[in-house]
Amino acid sequence: MAKQSSEAVLWSLFSAGGVVAALLIPVHLFLFAIAFPMGWLRPPGYEHLMLLLRLPWVRIYLFLMCSLSLFHWAHRFRYTLYDGLQVKHLNELIFTLCYGGAVAGTVFAGYLLGNWSGP
Amino acid sequence: MADKIVLEIPRYSPERDVKPHFEEFEVPVHKEWVVLDALNYIKDQVDGSLTYRWSCRMGICGSCGMMVDGEPKLSCATFLSSYSRNGNKLRVEPLRYFPIIRDLVTELSDFLVKLKAVKPWLIRQEEPPLSEGEFLQTPEQLEQYKQYSMCINCTLCYAACPVVGLDPVFVGPAAIALAQRYNQDSRDQGAGDRMAVLAHPEGIWGCTFVGECTRVCPKHVDPAGAIQQYKLKAALDWVKSFVTPLGRKNTDVRREAAND
Repeated sequence: MAKQSSEAVLWSLFSAGGVVAALLIPVHLFLFAIAFPMGWLRPPGYEHLMLLLRLPWVRIYLFLMCSLSLFHWAHRFRYTLYDGLQVKHLNELIFTLCYGGAVAGTVFAGYLLGNWSGP
Repeated sequence: MADKIVLEIPRYSPERDVKPHFEEFEVPVHKEWVVLDALNYIKDQVDGSLTYRWSCRMGICGSCGMMVDGEPKLSCATFLSSYSRNGNKLRVEPLRYFPIIRDLVTELSDFLVKLKAVKPWLIRQEEPPLSEGEFLQTPEQLEQYKQYSMCINCTLCYAACPVVGLDPVFVGPAAIALAQRYNQDSRDQGAGDRMAVLAHPEGIWGCTFVGECTRVCPKHVDPAGAIQQYKLKAALDWVKSFVTPLGRKNTDVRREAAND
């Protein structure tokens, strides 16, 4: 079972990820999946988006959005497995898979955004 | 509104039964009758052995909580006429997730142990002399904890909480809300003691914020909100203890004191 300090950290990441997933991701989905394809807004060009990616704060923003959302998923999915499937006795395996998945996704996002050098 | 309604009630006597079995009782429906009136009618007129808890009949004592049509309710505050459509049967059962002592009476010892563990009383680190007079509070300070002080320990929130059902060691909504009631009180100095008890996987971290506790509370307390506030406070305390060595030392001392 996770100790108090790790639970506090994991819940903080879950909570921050919830805010990101609920507020920011819908904005991106609305813009890139609905508003731009439907022609409601003029879409930015490919070159413009690539230039945006050169800005460090844009990369940090994307990194946090990916990482925190993954930790939100990990915490929620962990308890969904505990309570939904009632497999709390597999705690260590579930804990490792959920948060390990979030860490792996975070590392992968960091690698892609950190090593991106443009087209 | 029908003239009569059939109540389905599980009967269980530990000396006689291996497990509860349902019995049906037909009772008259009066506009002003609540479910408790129907139970009193059965006990007085039909079967004097029917066993259930009740006391005040006005939603204050918290002793007549039952599952009414599958929902945790105070039987003294639930009108019979709400369920008395023609041909309807109304199932009245003991509160879910509690061991049954007899008929509709549940065993509350485990809840009382959990309640005592969170120290729901004013804790002072040092007592000022009586000559300083009483502790004064502003209306704003009263407002901070007043909502949580409305809890009547009816345990409806435990019967509504799926985490309690899955994990019986979970401290549960009412105990955490009552801990918050004293934490928010300007006269109290025991928040650290309570945090040491509740910042635990079986305490606040066990809650998955289903929110049913708040929905069923007959006194409009918000235990789910109290637990989320507690989680935020615990997370901030952890950050403080991590950043400031003194904060960590104090937290450890409080935790050890609470574990003794």
